[in-house]
Amino acid sequence: MAEPHPHPQQLWRNPEPKHSYDVVIVGAGGHGLATAYYLAKNHGIRNVAVLERGWLAGGNMARNTTVIRSNYLWDESAAIYEFSLKLWEGLSVELDYDLLFSQRGVLGLTHSEHQVREGKRRVSANQLDGIDAEWLTPEEVKAFCPIVNISPEVRYPVLGGTLQRRGGIAKHDYVAWAFARKADELGIDLIQNCEVTGFDLDGDRVIGVHTNRGLIAAGKVALCAAGHSSALAAMVGLDLPIQTYPLQALVSELLEPVLNCVVLSNDIHVYVSQAHKGELVMGAGMDAYNSYAQRGSPHVIEYQVAAALELFPIFSRVHVVRTWAGIVDVTPDASPIVGLTRIENLFINCGWGTGGFKATPAAGWTYAHTIAQGQPHPLTAPFALERFTTGALVDEHGAAAVAH
Amino acid sequence: MLIPCPWCGDREEVEFRYGGPVPMGYPPDPQTVDDAAWARYLYYRPNPKGALEERWVHTAGCRRWFTVTRDTVTNEITPATDGSG
Ligand SMILES: Cc1cc2nc3c(=O)[nH]c(=O)nc-3n(C[C@H](O)[C@H](O)[C@H](O)COP(=O)(O)OP(=O)(O)OC[C@H]3O[C@@H](n4cnc5c(N)ncnc54)[C@H](O)[C@@H]3O)c2cc1C
Ligand SMILES: [Zn+2]
Repeated sequence: MAEPHPHPQQLWRNPEPKHSYDVVIVGAGGHGLATAYYLAKNHGIRNVAVLERGWLAGGNMARNTTVIRSNYLWDESAAIYEFSLKLWEGLSVELDYDLLFSQRGVLGLTHSEHQVREGKRRVSANQLDGIDAEWLTPEEVKAFCPIVNISPEVRYPVLGGTLQRRGGIAKHDYVAWAFARKADELGIDLIQNCEVTGFDLDGDRVIGVHTNRGLIAAGKVALCAAGHSSALAAMVGLDLPIQTYPLQALVSELLEPVLNCVVLSNDIHVYVSQAHKGELVMGAGMDAYNSYAQRGSPHVIEYQVAAALELFPIFSRVHVVRTWAGIVDVTPDASPIVGLTRIENLFINCGWGTGGFKATPAAGWTYAHTIAQGQPHPLTAPFALERFTTGALVDEHGAAAVAH
Repeated sequence: MLIPCPWCGDREEVEFRYGGPVPMGYPPDPQTVDDAAWARYLYYRPNPKGALEERWVHTAGCRRWFTVTRDTVTNEITPATDGSG
């Protein structure tokens, strides 16, 4: 497989925090870093710090299975994920960094009548939204991905699938480092080992953050804390309709090229692709219970591997090398929460749950706009917190399901 | 993870189904509840980093529901004080 191109010697400085910034972003995952970059690039706002409690991109950004696609059901979601996919298509050039973005196609298998109907409906909806989408019969699935077992003899036979050819994967670390390097070049301070422990308020307005490295004044504060969003919001008495769960994944030993596309199966909780180095990257289902432990239960992995082996008998002798978990922020409608809060100058971007990696560039772009203008970006306006009161939910359980 | 069923004792997690954080009760008079309060009832659940009161059902055992307090960081479980949960 292609050799990743040598990455730069210097990625970012490690500055001491200043006493004050125009914008403080909480969380240096993909979303926080992309937001910082677009604040500087699109809006000329450079007096910005990104505060990270651990190390840069050590949260879900470094733990996800990197599936990128835009074939969501509703217009609102399709619009933002398609905007994101278009940004991905130019991102390696934009950031001057080979992100190993590979549009190898995302195949979504179905194994039940219900999923077949959902899949066909979504293909039609995608086509009406101008998004590439195809419905494949089991034989067409086999032709596109020859190692899939389409035998009718198995417990959950393949009944067909959706295909988005423009979907694919990218290398998550490089994405984080590329945004970080560019943001740093534009003068933004990326501050690691800096945990936000509280907010400095003046009435209903936020004016700074308390951290383990002291008080930092801020014109605006933008949360990008993924699984920890409820905990941060609680510090200002803001409740969010979010539940935090472990989501696990695993990698195999390195193999010769064997899997040519991304395969997802919501029914049986398999999602798998082969990374550039050669390892199989597989995502498992979500653990059932709320947790901040970044650790899941082994039976979830066992279940996932059993299903994967029925779909890909050829993997039966492959060794699992490593498993891990991230903690994901899940909303009632499987759509994100982005925008303003009732605290002036405090913004939220969370609830991307199991599927926010693909949104990284678009989330950064639109959130930067929201922060700079103090107004929701048109693409994320439907994802405001108020929708849980008005009832205008964007139900993406079918497209998002458990995975990615 | 071992979960202490008040009737069967410590059992493997796979024997149970999760019932989620203990929900707030059904509003006594739903007609008088405004949209914001109704939204809270429908969509908001506790999600603390720390002690969480939650429901489990022992599906592959006695099939009874109970409440425990679990630390969402360490997974340490404090058994229910009364069996009824
Ligand atoms: C196993 C797994 C597989 C996934 N697969 C996919 C996939 O295939 N495709 C896809 O699109 N998405 C996927 N996702 C989801 C995706 O990873 C997330 O939606 C996305 O990474 C969230 O945005 P982020 O990168 O900014 O989050 P994170 O990287 O989690 O960033 C949040 C940061 O905030 C920091 N933070 C938290 N609290 C504080 C504090 N008090 N002070 C300072 N910093 C703080 C954290 O340390 C963390 O670094 C997957 C997730 C997991 C766990
Ligand atoms: Zn029992």
